[in-house]
Amino acid sequence: MEVIFFGQLADIAGSPACRVEEVQDTGMLKAKLENMFPGLGSVNYMLAVNRKMVQENVPLSGNETIALMPPFSGG
Amino acid sequence: MRGQYKLLSGRVLVIGAGGLGCPVLQYLAAAGVGIIGIADHDNVSLTNLHRQVLYTMEDIGKPKAPAAAERLRALNPEVQYKVFNQAVTPASIIHIIKEFDIVVDGTDNFATRYLVNDACVLMNKPLVFGAISRFEGQVAVFNVPSGLDGSCIHYRDLFPNPPKDGEVLNCADSGVLGVLPGIIGCFMANEVIKLLSGLGRPLSGSLLTYNALTNDSMQWQLQKHPESDRLVPFTVAALQQKDYAWECGLPSAGVEIDAVIFEAMLKEGNVELIDVRELDETPELKAWAHQKIPLGPLMKDGGTFYAEHVVFICQSGKRSITAANWGNNKYADKQFYSLRGGVETLKVGGDTNL
Repeated sequence: MEVIFFGQLADIAGSPACRVEEVQDTGMLKAKLENMFPGLGSVNYMLAVNRKMVQENVPLSGNETIALMPPFSGG
Repeated sequence: MRGQYKLLSGRVLVIGAGGLGCPVLQYLAAAGVGIIGIADHDNVSLTNLHRQVLYTMEDIGKPKAPAAAERLRALNPEVQYKVFNQAVTPASIIHIIKEFDIVVDGTDNFATRYLVNDACVLMNKPLVFGAISRFEGQVAVFNVPSGLDGSCIHYRDLFPNPPKDGEVLNCADSGVLGVLPGIIGCFMANEVIKLLSGLGRPLSGSLLTYNALTNDSMQWQLQKHPESDRLVPFTVAALQQKDYAWECGLPSAGVEIDAVIFEAMLKEGNVELIDVRELDETPELKAWAHQKIPLGPLMKDGGTFYAEHVVFICQSGKRSITAANWGNNKYADKQFYSLRGGVETLKVGGDTNL
């Protein structure tokens, strides 16, 4: 599945998007991403599956688009 | 015509008359909103002018809130402008927002954003939120019922707690494309006008994101966070007691010093300066002898400090606050400070300090 990074998260991941395979749910996905990009573990972000924000662990089929959004403070 | 009357009877408070606040204020005044509040404690500086388009060279050094009101009065003298030339604090915010129907958050730091959010939740005020980071922006409408269950989403549903170690994110915000806050500010003004007039579908329960480099925009469907309402203070008294700055890793009083005080400390001796920017960040700091230890390695491995007083400097003065707070917690025998405004402030006073 495709994972899109917003804001400073793209710097942490080294690119605005990446592909992750073989994860069954969002919990596994987060663990895998934080393992791939250790900086992710220490920052705030919200996660959306197909543009819908999720907080609880939800199952993934592999065809979803995932987005990770950090808070922005600038004005 | 009926819509125009609704705008005329509207009372809107814009907190922060900066990059986002300027376009919001301009369009609300032009649209003929009845009463517009402007809250800001900052002064206009040269480096604001590329994005804070209400101000001119002549305004440099003047306080923003009255300068903005003067400019808006020339645009539309029929509007009543209420100027709050003061910081919005836990002590003052309830008093300021209670006479308005809608609050607009155009602030530039997490401490004030969480304060504004919590106050609006407590007082049940619709909040039009906008924020930017370099080339990207976010817009949302909080505290307006949305979705099938009519729940009210607010900022703590997205991000329940302020980022404590996210100060590096803040610092990146210092470089902002001038036109981006103009675009995001116009989205915000549009939401205010929709809320006042009852037109269309407000961005409640959704977050709109926009990327100025790619023109990608996305609407995210939001949901209630199980903890969010419990994180907002339950009463006005509790809100007034809350230390929002501390929660966001900002300094308690006394950690920040300015260049004049730093020069005085240099004369006294027993002080050293450490640049916590990444090694490739420019401009190079030439005015004073210093060590270079980027924030990441510093907080991971610690540092060797030879002086009793240690002053940190970064690009805009935010990472250096993180460093000073970290130092003061870790080393009891030394005193750590942050040079307010960082290298950017030195630039304003001419290049002699760089």
